[in-house]
Amino acid sequence: MIKIVKRDQPSRAIFFLTPVLAIFLTLAAGGLIFYILGFKPFEALKFFFIVPIADMYGFSELLLKATPLCLIAIGLSFCFKSNNWNIGAEGQLTFGAIVSGGVALLFYEQEGFYILPIVILAGAIGGMLYASIPAILKTYFNTNEILVSLMLVYVSKLILDYLVVGPWSNPEGFNFPETRQFTDSARLPLLFEGLRIHAGIFLALAAVVISWFVFYKTYLGFQMKVSGFSLKTAKYAGYKGKKMIILVFLISGACAGLAGVGEITGPIGQLHREVSPDYGFTAIIVAFLGRLHPVGIIFASLVVAITYLGAETAQIFMQIPKYTGQVFQGMILFFLLASDYLLFFKFKFIGSKK
Amino acid sequence: MHKFLIRSFVSSLVLLFTLTVAAVAKDVKAAFVYIGPTGDHGWTYQHDVGRKAVEAAGFKTTYVEGVPESADAERVLRQLANSGHDVIFTTSFGYMNPTNKVAKEFPNVKFEHATGYKREHPNVSTYAARFYEGRTILGTIAGTMTKSNVIGYVASFPIPEVIRGINSFTLAAQKVNPNIKTKIVWAFTWYDPGKEAEAAKALIDQGADVIAQHTDSTAIVQIAEKAGVYAFGQASDMDKFAPKAVLTSVENNWGPYYVDRVKAVANGTWNQKDTWHGIGDGMVVISDLDSQMPADLRSKVKKLQADLASGKVHSFTGPIYDQKGNLMVAEGKTADDGMLAGMMTYVKGVEGDIPK
Repeated sequence: MIKIVKRDQPSRAIFFLTPVLAIFLTLAAGGLIFYILGFKPFEALKFFFIVPIADMYGFSELLLKATPLCLIAIGLSFCFKSNNWNIGAEGQLTFGAIVSGGVALLFYEQEGFYILPIVILAGAIGGMLYASIPAILKTYFNTNEILVSLMLVYVSKLILDYLVVGPWSNPEGFNFPETRQFTDSARLPLLFEGLRIHAGIFLALAAVVISWFVFYKTYLGFQMKVSGFSLKTAKYAGYKGKKMIILVFLISGACAGLAGVGEITGPIGQLHREVSPDYGFTAIIVAFLGRLHPVGIIFASLVVAITYLGAETAQIFMQIPKYTGQVFQGMILFFLLASDYLLFFKFKFIGSKK
Repeated sequence: MHKFLIRSFVSSLVLLFTLTVAAVAKDVKAAFVYIGPTGDHGWTYQHDVGRKAVEAAGFKTTYVEGVPESADAERVLRQLANSGHDVIFTTSFGYMNPTNKVAKEFPNVKFEHATGYKREHPNVSTYAARFYEGRTILGTIAGTMTKSNVIGYVASFPIPEVIRGINSFTLAAQKVNPNIKTKIVWAFTWYDPGKEAEAAKALIDQGADVIAQHTDSTAIVQIAEKAGVYAFGQASDMDKFAPKAVLTSVENNWGPYYVDRVKAVANGTWNQKDTWHGIGDGMVVISDLDSQMPADLRSKVKKLQADLASGKVHSFTGPIYDQKGNLMVAEGKTADDGMLAGMMTYVKGVEGDIPK
């Protein structure tokens, strides 16, 4: 007989094992779905998870895709660790892209080593400004940051629409919704000739290192942890909650803004209506799959990135609908949340007696 | 020994050459990149109907749906070009720069970009349809069928393609009914059933009894069906979604063009082109006319359709005035393609301003 027993303490080993379990369950369920749809499950999984990264180009595309996810998820983990539910990274990314894109357009057809740093900085500031709105409203007016940050996503997209259709549209572009191409001095340099992976990956790696240091070696990290466990305890300990809330939102916004910069000054090279395929939302999955741990987030961003690439390859070579990629992302999150049950409960095998 | 080597080398070269030529002539593979799902019953659906026509003509095809116009488009294009496809159709405006970029790297692959204007490399062609001709038909029907003299129009984005459609529609409606007004709601989306439905409701509340749309979902015709007003199908024949409301549809018929171009690749006669086909070439098709329309209107529409096809009638024939009363096209003249391509002003009779 099997009995379910509550654990005395959440298991630490299980804490890091459940993401792996979730990935395996997703693969198994994915294989089953492919089988039901009439595809060979192992062949489909091969095209989904191995073929896309079988060559250098594919591997560089994986890193290209994982970079914004990792960067945003690192930023979000500052918020999530401290009980601040910033759901609007997509908006902060978009606004960061708008500000940095605007600056890049100011330097149209100009050259200079100083242009790129200014453009990058502008993106970070844009993201911070946009994240400060839900932060300030939460701290001073007690609004719900989930709603405010989420709704601001749609506002940012409308602002972007307005700008690329109207005042910033390419004067030689027949009124199509796109800006001019940025000058090369405003573009992130490519790391290898012929591959699209760009210097933005260093921003993501820097964010990983810095966040690890902050989380585990600083007083702020400790404050975030305590606030995450119990807001009352944090208050009792005398932490100045407002300052911390605003700070984590600013960090999160800066990371999302930088992810936006990476997209527009990296592979895209201009502003148009679709700067990000919802990286800001997918990064929420990445953050939780990575257990809000910097190293975990690196792995999680690679896993989620491959679901995008795999979906394309599977459609090209096996005619599997591309939207299965989103099904995989959803399943990973679902299985992760479901297996979190094991954190607090365990199965006990009891010999049955008659 | 030497001679033998050279001979076998040459003969194998010849063999290889014939094999490649044979391979090219027979196994042309076409790929299609779609912005939406193939089941949208609008823009992407019709491109996929065109793809199936290519399959029916005996060619292999591949498609990738739901490809965002973000950095992802370039990867999908490169992967298709790399995996043995000889011609790639990119079916949304936002693929313009990625298409040209990848075309440069794969000079042996032909690229066909829909609705764009950049042909930076000899292996890039562009194509689009003169949908405004279809809207001349719709305007004629709307102007005749309206009782409130208010016609609603759900628009997507303020770009020349959409403005041109609004103008062509309004001019035709005015011709049969000088008192009509066209009210526009901008949905700022190509495909969002929720937003489109809201826009249609807002227009019906403002007294519109005929609704036209330049967005892709079937939501608008379904709202019209419920409200008991008339509507027109967009991109595909939407009659089955709203049998009472839909008077006719303007169908995007890409099949003949796609088959033609893929055959050209197979025969080695493909060359760079900028195609802009209308009713005459069969790229724009008018669905069956609903029996609710009076017989004389139906025969009038049939004639107009034939005249547009033969070029006897042009959608933009002067005198055409803008909203302020300035002359846009003089009497007896027609708007040239350059003017049509960059059209960003409303004609007289359209209400409101173009969002800037």
